Amino acid sequence: MQDEDFVTIRLTVNGGTHRLVVEPRRLLADALREDLGLTGTNLGCEHGVCGSCTVLVDGQSVRSCLMFAVQANGHEVMTVEGLARGGELHPLQQAFWEKQGLQCGFCTPGFLMTAYELLQHNPNPSEEEIRSALSGNICRCTGYQQIIEAVQSASQAVAGASATVPSGTGA
Amino acid sequence: MKPPKFRYFAPRSVEEAVALLVEHADEARVLAGGQSLVPLMNMRLAHPDMLVDINGISELAYVRPWDGGLALGAMTRDATLERDTTAAARLPLLVEAAHCVGHPAIRNRSTVGGSIAHADPAAELPAVLLALNAAFEVRSRSGSRTISAQDFFKGYLSTDLKASELLTELRVPGLPSKAGSAFVEFSRREGDYALAGVAAVITLDEDGTIADARLGLCSVGPAPVRPQAAEALLRGQHPGDEAWDAAATAVITGLDNPPSDIHGSADYRRHLASVLTKEALASAAERAERNR
Ligand code: FES
Ligand code: FES
Repeated sequence: MQDEDFVTIRLTVNGGTHRLVVEPRRLLADALREDLGLTGTNLGCEHGVCGSCTVLVDGQSVRSCLMFAVQANGHEVMTVEGLARGGELHPLQQAFWEKQGLQCGFCTPGFLMTAYELLQHNPNPSEEEIRSALSGNICRCTGYQQIIEAVQSASQAVAGASATVPSGTGA
Repeated sequence: MKPPKFRYFAPRSVEEAVALLVEHADEARVLAGGQSLVPLMNMRLAHPDMLVDINGISELAYVRPWDGGLALGAMTRDATLERDTTAAARLPLLVEAAHCVGHPAIRNRSTVGGSIAHADPAAELPAVLLALNAAFEVRSRSGSRTISAQDFFKGYLSTDLKASELLTELRVPGLPSKAGSAFVEFSRREGDYALAGVAAVITLDEDGTIADARLGLCSVGPAPVRPQAAEALLRGQHPGDEAWDAAATAVITGLDNPPSDIHGSADYRRHLASVLTKEALASAAERAERNR
């Protein structure tokens, strides 16, 4: 094990800063899962096709199986673990729960992060825009319909919450 | 599926990157957006000994007006091009095609230079840049040279770029104000590689006949295709189904061995190329008419 085989990097993940020593070939997904124990990010295909490993780097969705951890050095990463605040689910998570936007849940972190980016840019997307934004995420269980409904419902919840007094979780 | 070991360099300038490529031409590969190279490495279909990561070279990421058209830095992300207002005003065809590349999370990383240098025949931008008469600037230790798109694409995943050279800029000439353009493709699922795609540019004369027509096709051969026989047929014709039919026939006659795979046979791709050629031409002509 030569020193030059490893690189020291600094990653900010969900607001916390971590120093990691990694091989250059360490995928960002593996650094998150194996080195930081953030196993919410799932690896499905490991070649950029399924979207289950989607995380945000500097606010932009990326496939964490197609990026090396060294490339995220000095950047800000957000994973599915960064969505909930305290014990409270993010409106997207709440909506996936209520609309049954998941069955086995394997694809869910990727869908949540992709939908999160969509709603950041476009708080009130049409069904077509939602389908287009989520076209790179594969779900083997739900048939997608409830996922689309969950994103619609989350966008309404967010819009409603900013227009009126926060109304809780709608329960 | 994990990538094999490699040595990693992240130069901060074009000079530094070129020096690394010159010194390690046999073992180094350039890492741009990584959306094609990293999957190949994960599957161990590519195993470079060394990666020169050019993501940190900020001087390579720009979209600038150039000679009525655009100059694009090689590290411009597809997501940036897709939202660029100068590009939308000057060369909407580029923006339309950039939007068809992969999915949003892919476009956030994938770069215009990477797409050109990788030269996947199914990729959109090579075909579009071929139709737009683009030229590419590459840098090496001895200086720079400019290669026309026509000379750049050599065959399946192969280009005129040498291992010791770095692609730095894409130059795309502007179109006459009376031109119209369109890109259409067909894929099984939005964002997947197209089974066929066609870019069309049409310029109309004062009298409404076709002054100039250009076409670029992806996914129908080992390299992007510029069907010049079909273009020649269109000049001087009146826009309309008759002209589009003749052009589409010329396009598929000129195709040599479209790929055949589980997604579509060669015959099916020929059929698609014909249908999409007509669609692209009709839509480009309609836009040209509006600009007249
Ligand atoms: S695991 Fe990254 S896209 Fe499938
Ligand atoms: S819920 Fe099982 S793959 Fe989507």
